[in-house]
Amino acid sequence: MTANLRRRKLFSRFFEILCALAVVIALIPLAMILFYVIKEGAGALSTDFFTKMPKPVGESGGGMANAIVGTLILIGIAALFAVPVGGICGIHLAEYPGTKFSSVVRFAADVLNGVPSIVVGIFAYGILVLPVKRFSAIAGGVALGLLMVPIVVRTTEELIRLVPGGLREGALALGATRSRAVFGVILPAALPGILTGILVALARVAGETAPLLFTAFNNRFWSTNLTQPIASLTVQVFTYAISPYDDWHRQAWAGAFLLVMMILTLSIAARFAVRRLERMNRS
Amino acid sequence: MMMTDLRRRDAAEPAGEDAGVPPRIAAIVARDGWNAAVPAAGPAASSPPTNAHHAQKATMADAKISVSNFDFYYGAAKVLHGINLDIPDRKVTALIGPSGCSKSTFIRSINRMNDIIPDARASGTILVDGKDVYGGDADVVELRRRVGMVFQKSNPFPKSIYDNVAYGLRIGGMRNKRQLDEVVERSLTRAALWHEVKDRLHASALALSGGQQQRLCIARALAVDPDVVLMDEPASALDPIATSKIEELIYELKNNYTIVIVTHNMQQAARVSDRTAFFMLGRIIEYAETNEIFMNPQQKMTEDYVTGRFG
Repeated sequence: MTANLRRRKLFSRFFEILCALAVVIALIPLAMILFYVIKEGAGALSTDFFTKMPKPVGESGGGMANAIVGTLILIGIAALFAVPVGGICGIHLAEYPGTKFSSVVRFAADVLNGVPSIVVGIFAYGILVLPVKRFSAIAGGVALGLLMVPIVVRTTEELIRLVPGGLREGALALGATRSRAVFGVILPAALPGILTGILVALARVAGETAPLLFTAFNNRFWSTNLTQPIASLTVQVFTYAISPYDDWHRQAWAGAFLLVMMILTLSIAARFAVRRLERMNRS
Repeated sequence: MMMTDLRRRDAAEPAGEDAGVPPRIAAIVARDGWNAAVPAAGPAASSPPTNAHHAQKATMADAKISVSNFDFYYGAAKVLHGINLDIPDRKVTALIGPSGCSKSTFIRSINRMNDIIPDARASGTILVDGKDVYGGDADVVELRRRVGMVFQKSNPFPKSIYDNVAYGLRIGGMRNKRQLDEVVERSLTRAALWHEVKDRLHASALALSGGQQQRLCIARALAVDPDVVLMDEPASALDPIATSKIEELIYELKNNYTIVIVTHNMQQAARVSDRTAFFMLGRIIEYAETNEIFMNPQQKMTEDYVTGRFG
């Protein structure tokens, strides 16, 4: 072996190790988060956690039933707001990718995606809380919805683009109009992927705390009234985690565990849906 | 080598498309024996307007599709140069030629599938039943219902077999279950697929084999009852057995439909088609009875291609 070749092999080896190291460093925090959340949270999870209301300060036990329902209501409002808006934007971007309007929309979605969630919270506070002088579930839901819109836009666009071009041509060749082809063939083909994409977006915004602090606020009591402050898992976890009580810490871990599991499950489901589309592309 | 050949031929052909021959001449030439190599007749060239009318009428009697002086551009690139071609009714017309000679672009121009490509532009006329498909009053949706298409890659919708075949009818507004059932069965039968799928009409079309999927796409195209079926290399992704099934099918279909087929497989062109057009670099080099093209080509380039000397 010449010296030159030996040097090249050494160099290559060095970079392989460097890459592997980078991967390990990136994965360590994820593994640790999962490890701690599962270790602390899985044990703290009980039926009480899902079914009971928070106990008054000082009493142990109780659960987060109101916060779980509250989070579901909040992301429900968010979805109601973000899915039609984001979905239709995404369809437009995928169908008319080259137009000036599309590049404006895409840029706007990217900017919105980069806006810190607390800023979105302040915006919702400004337009939905200040005028009526009351925190409300609607304000919280809209704040989450605004955060969701750009994710839904890009997911929809990307998944529609994954649909094989042959399907569009097939529909058009049978005399379908463009909208007919999109809504009758292309969208249904992409739908499982888009739906899971929406679920992932929901799971992500369900994990938001900052925009809820001054929109939905929090509520220690059972409430499903959309115009009243409402409890949420994240704000509850935040409140409990900074409290001085061990029992509340335990419950905060359980809440965190629930949130992480939600995101993990939905992300895995999304991967399967995308893989199905990719298979369709290859065949 | 190939390029020099080409240039020489262009120079030797005053009647070539680039020499500015009016479209109607080619149409008349076509009518008078379909021989594109015959030079233009003097009087026909002198008065284009009346002749246009005349030629159009004359070709209507013979030709289902009549193409005159058709050019096509992708942006600034001209990919089809003055195509003149009359395609007869209820016959199979094959388009052959080396890769990249724009046969696919041409066949996709007939039902305006190229419309969805940005920056694409067409000039000249394509008459289907005497009506210009690029004319101002042409309705592309209506056109595509009369001119069906089967693609190189089978593209069944991710729906059931039944829903695939019924798709074109449903978008046309047919809701009657019994009528739908009838047309689905008839179309699948015509596409020689009925017996293989009649027990699982509501299974996913994606579960079918490649050859079955392609026949399903043919059935889907037939269901809307078109006059013309365009086929863009329909068998190129299939094994020999599936290919022979598609070829038998094409042979059957020409009793009822006008078929235009693009193929890279010269044996296939020879087997299934009545007439063959040889394309080269966006031009038609020769167009004649299939037997003539393969047994007695008039052009040196055609001969070289069909005997496998290039391409």
